[in-house]
Amino acid sequence: MAKIITKNLNLWYGGFHALKDINSSFEANRITAIIGPSGCGKSTLLRVFNRMNDLIDGVRTDGEVLIEDTNILNSQTDLVVLRKKVGMVFQRPNPFPLSIYENIVFAEKIHGEGVTRDKLDEIVETSLKGVLLWEELKDKLNEPALKLSLEEKQRLCIARLIAVKPDVLLMDEPCSSLDPQATARVEELMRELKNKYTIIIVTHNMQQAARVSDDTGFMLLGELIEFGKTEEIFTAPGDRRTEDYITGRYG
Amino acid sequence: MKNPYRTQNIAFFFLFLATLLIIIPVGLIVVVIIQKGLPAINWQFLSDIPRQGMRAGGILPAIIGTLYLVTGAIIFALPIGLLSAIYLSEYAKDNMLTRIIKLAIVNLAGVPSVVYGLFGLALFVVFLKFGASILSGSLTLGIMILPVIITASSEALESVPYSFREVSLSLGASKWQTTRHIVLPNALPGILTGTILGLGRAAGETAPILFTVAAFYLPQLPKSIFDQAMALPYHLYVISTQVPNVDEKVRYGTALVLLTLVLFMNLVAIIIRYKFRKNKKW
Ligand SMILES: Nc1ncnc2c1ncn2[C@@H]1O[C@H](COP(=O)(O)OP(=O)(O)O)[C@@H](O)[C@H]1O
Ligand SMILES: [Mg+2]
Repeated sequence: MAKIITKNLNLWYGGFHALKDINSSFEANRITAIIGPSGCGKSTLLRVFNRMNDLIDGVRTDGEVLIEDTNILNSQTDLVVLRKKVGMVFQRPNPFPLSIYENIVFAEKIHGEGVTRDKLDEIVETSLKGVLLWEELKDKLNEPALKLSLEEKQRLCIARLIAVKPDVLLMDEPCSSLDPQATARVEELMRELKNKYTIIIVTHNMQQAARVSDDTGFMLLGELIEFGKTEEIFTAPGDRRTEDYITGRYG
Repeated sequence: MKNPYRTQNIAFFFLFLATLLIIIPVGLIVVVIIQKGLPAINWQFLSDIPRQGMRAGGILPAIIGTLYLVTGAIIFALPIGLLSAIYLSEYAKDNMLTRIIKLAIVNLAGVPSVVYGLFGLALFVVFLKFGASILSGSLTLGIMILPVIITASSEALESVPYSFREVSLSLGASKWQTTRHIVLPNALPGILTGTILGLGRAAGETAPILFTVAAFYLPQLPKSIFDQAMALPYHLYVISTQVPNVDEKVRYGTALVLLTLVLFMNLVAIIIRYKFRKNKKW
């Protein structure tokens, strides 16, 4: 089932045409990778889905982005509701300068009035279990999150996100600051998470896309050149430029 | 061939000299004031009203007056300053108008304090009919330190990493919730430090209180915010220039109390900043 569909999506930063006629469809409970050289518009596309581009002055979009049949580019879209449903993991692990516990319950405390301590404890436990950190961290929940290792921080950020109970996880190069072992473990976690979520991951690392994703989109200069099953894209690309990129003829 | 270490050493020498040139006068002032003022400090000096035409007794009304003024100024200026800083750095679009406003605020910080005094006289004392009173004086001092508070608060707010705001918004928090729960707590130490430093300056100013509150001589403590009050800087001016035959140690004693008050405030600011730096986590 298609969770997110884009129809003739265009985006401009002022006069710069950053996304050109993007037509794509992202399936639920699958991992879709977006690959392409640096500056081709991967992050921009990702940030359309939770309307984070709204924060930037002078951004203009047209076309449609349907999430469960609602066009979220609509001016009536409730951004709070949208962003609770479509969450984002950033390139650099960015926990708040708070305790591990407070990081995870941050959104719940803001959204839910008068939530009980038991409820919060429960959220912390499920979220940390969800990212396979519970056993390691259950005895130091009140320690500052910024003391954790990079990998733990990134996992914590994912935990903080799934505490909001989103449907879609947008991940913008989530492993780019991690070493290979940590990367492997986070990829394992992503495979685990896809049973519950729709995952879209931006990566400049083709091996990662090949390892972890079910579908892949290849972007170049703001265009979505090719979109399909990862296997097919990597074994029998339909477009010359995709093939060039995959075989390493681009940077 | 040039010896890079020699030029470096010469540069260091001049830098050190420049620093010395700043430290020596400050140090001398402090030493002289302590030396000449300390003999005057005793319990009576701190707790009694001035007597014998301010040549004896204590300076309690001036101490209390200054504390009232400083408190009044902060009650008025901190909320307003903080709110405008939040508006300017979090909400206002970065356009011509905003830039003009910011520039105006920076310039206001450089306006001579006597101008604030005249402004306070015209607005609070005369126009709003508060008379010469603690209220008028506090408001005038408050207005004088507003630019300092706004500038310091804006800087503190802007030093909070953008990524914190981004994550918070991406988790569905509104802009206000982000400001309130993420930006503000992380900016608070910087805001407090700036405010206290501004306040320290206000505590020692004579010109803004001259026309708006300061009493030449008031043997009792103020009873309401509509009363006039004595204040340390003005009292110091009075006993130094307006009253003949005041013992030198009384004058320096008064200066010492004022200096201690200001240094104490700065010390608090430094401690806050130090604690924050130590725990600063990003
Ligand atoms: N805030 C912005 N303002 C103007 N141009 C931008 C902005 N952000 C990104 N761009 C431009 O849009 C293009 C796509 O950027 P981005 O989506 O970050 O690429 P990627 O994530 O694929 O590396 C780049 O050419 C970049 O320079
Ligand atoms: Mg990017």
